[in-house]
Amino acid sequence: MSGTPDELMVAAAAAELAGVRTVFVGIGLPNAAAILARRTVAPDLELIYESGVIGARPSRLPDSIGDPALVSGATATMSMHDLFAYFLQGGRIQVGMLGAAQIDRWGNLNTTVIGPYPNPTVRLPGSGGACEIALNAARVVVVMSQSPRSFVERIDFVTSPGHRHPDGRSRPAWAGGGPDTVITQLGVYRFGADGEMQLTALQPGIGEADIDAASGWHIRRALA
Amino acid sequence: MAIEGFTHLICFAAGHEIIRQGRCDLTLARLTPDLVYDQMVAAGCARKLIFSWLGNPGVGSLHAVRRAIEGGGLEVEEYSHFGMVGRYVAGAAHLPFYPLRSYAGSDLPAVNPLIQWVSSPYAPGDEVAVVPALNPNVTIIHAQRADTEGNVQVWGLVGVQREAALAAERVIAVVEELVEAEVIRADPDRTLLPGVAVTAVCVEPYGAHPSFAQGYYDRDNAFYRAWDPISRDPAQLDAWLEEWVRGVPDRASYLEKLGPKIVAALQPKPRPSGSVDYGEYS
Repeated sequence: MSGTPDELMVAAAAAELAGVRTVFVGIGLPNAAAILARRTVAPDLELIYESGVIGARPSRLPDSIGDPALVSGATATMSMHDLFAYFLQGGRIQVGMLGAAQIDRWGNLNTTVIGPYPNPTVRLPGSGGACEIALNAARVVVVMSQSPRSFVERIDFVTSPGHRHPDGRSRPAWAGGGPDTVITQLGVYRFGADGEMQLTALQPGIGEADIDAASGWHIRRALA
Repeated sequence: MAIEGFTHLICFAAGHEIIRQGRCDLTLARLTPDLVYDQMVAAGCARKLIFSWLGNPGVGSLHAVRRAIEGGGLEVEEYSHFGMVGRYVAGAAHLPFYPLRSYAGSDLPAVNPLIQWVSSPYAPGDEVAVVPALNPNVTIIHAQRADTEGNVQVWGLVGVQREAALAAERVIAVVEELVEAEVIRADPDRTLLPGVAVTAVCVEPYGAHPSFAQGYYDRDNAFYRAWDPISRDPAQLDAWLEEWVRGVPDRASYLEKLGPKIVAALQPKPRPSGSVDYGEYS
């Protein structure tokens, strides 16, 4: 398999959706992955957007998660309250796809700030629906680009919870399965029984030294 | 105050008029501040921002808001989307708070003390996050149409418009067109807000541009992209406000300045819904 880093990530993310019915998607790579999956490995996939759309059949690649093309021809539109309360919190989302600026070994995601919250070096967009998606989807697939700045030993802010907070707190009993897979331009990662990230596959042409050079901690290996 | 509309039906006409009137010291609530609040913050209208996602959708940052926050000149109160939705729901229903399954293991409650926890009285030990009711003094929404009684109809994405409006002391609905009462009554399912819940209606065609109105005009994605370089540079941004907001007396002049070419390019092809039969009962 060959392709640009983005194409490899989209293909790997689409493969994660095989046989899935309901996916909560954001814009960008997750959106492309979900559309690809519906045309290949998941023909019954319902694309669900936090803007209140279920079963979108977009006639063009949307620029935003509230694009009018997501509405025309969709199965249903509803208020954001109904979508978040009855579909996400109600346990009807099998896969939530998220991106992040930072991730740590427990799959905690930061989309809020780089640096201290009161005086950030970089102010990022914040949660949007990500915090509740991370907690309520049956499983979470993370698609993001990997570098020493994004795969960090100490995360600056936990926006969306992974398997364990850096302070040791564990996930609440009611929560969904949490991060299950992380896909980057370098590798594919899953999580051990203790909730720690492990490398399970390398992207084509990538070696373990590339992984180490782009990670802030030594990532555990579980290569097939 | 709140100007709501999730990507769809964002009332830029109202935002621009507030800038023209030189209002300042406002607390602005919105799930996604979007370009409308970026412009209002740049114009000096805002003291505080209550929000859940701060960005230019599909493009990048809201540079004016980001500068204001990074410079310490704008107070923020931050939630997640569901938290903001819940705040309006509680506000609309006269409840003190809204319980939701979120925030456990997130750092958001650590930076926003208004996110609290209650123990379920029915299952001791089951801790549920709560967010306080939000009751704006004024909520402004945009909609496709209304009649003279203030009955407002929307189709496509409704976001949190109903909840944000019903939570407010006063509700201003800005609409693409005014229609006869019979048009509203022919399809009551589509009424987002009945007139009893609406304080005022303003007719302002294309009032949501560069956002969109489903079936009326497309999102001006080119403008959303163009805003990125404009807003990166405070001088360029101010020149833009001078030309497109302070320099035009009203929305009609803005539209004229925008020109028929852009307006025509945003026109979708028709795709009418099927109609249903409500039945006539005597």
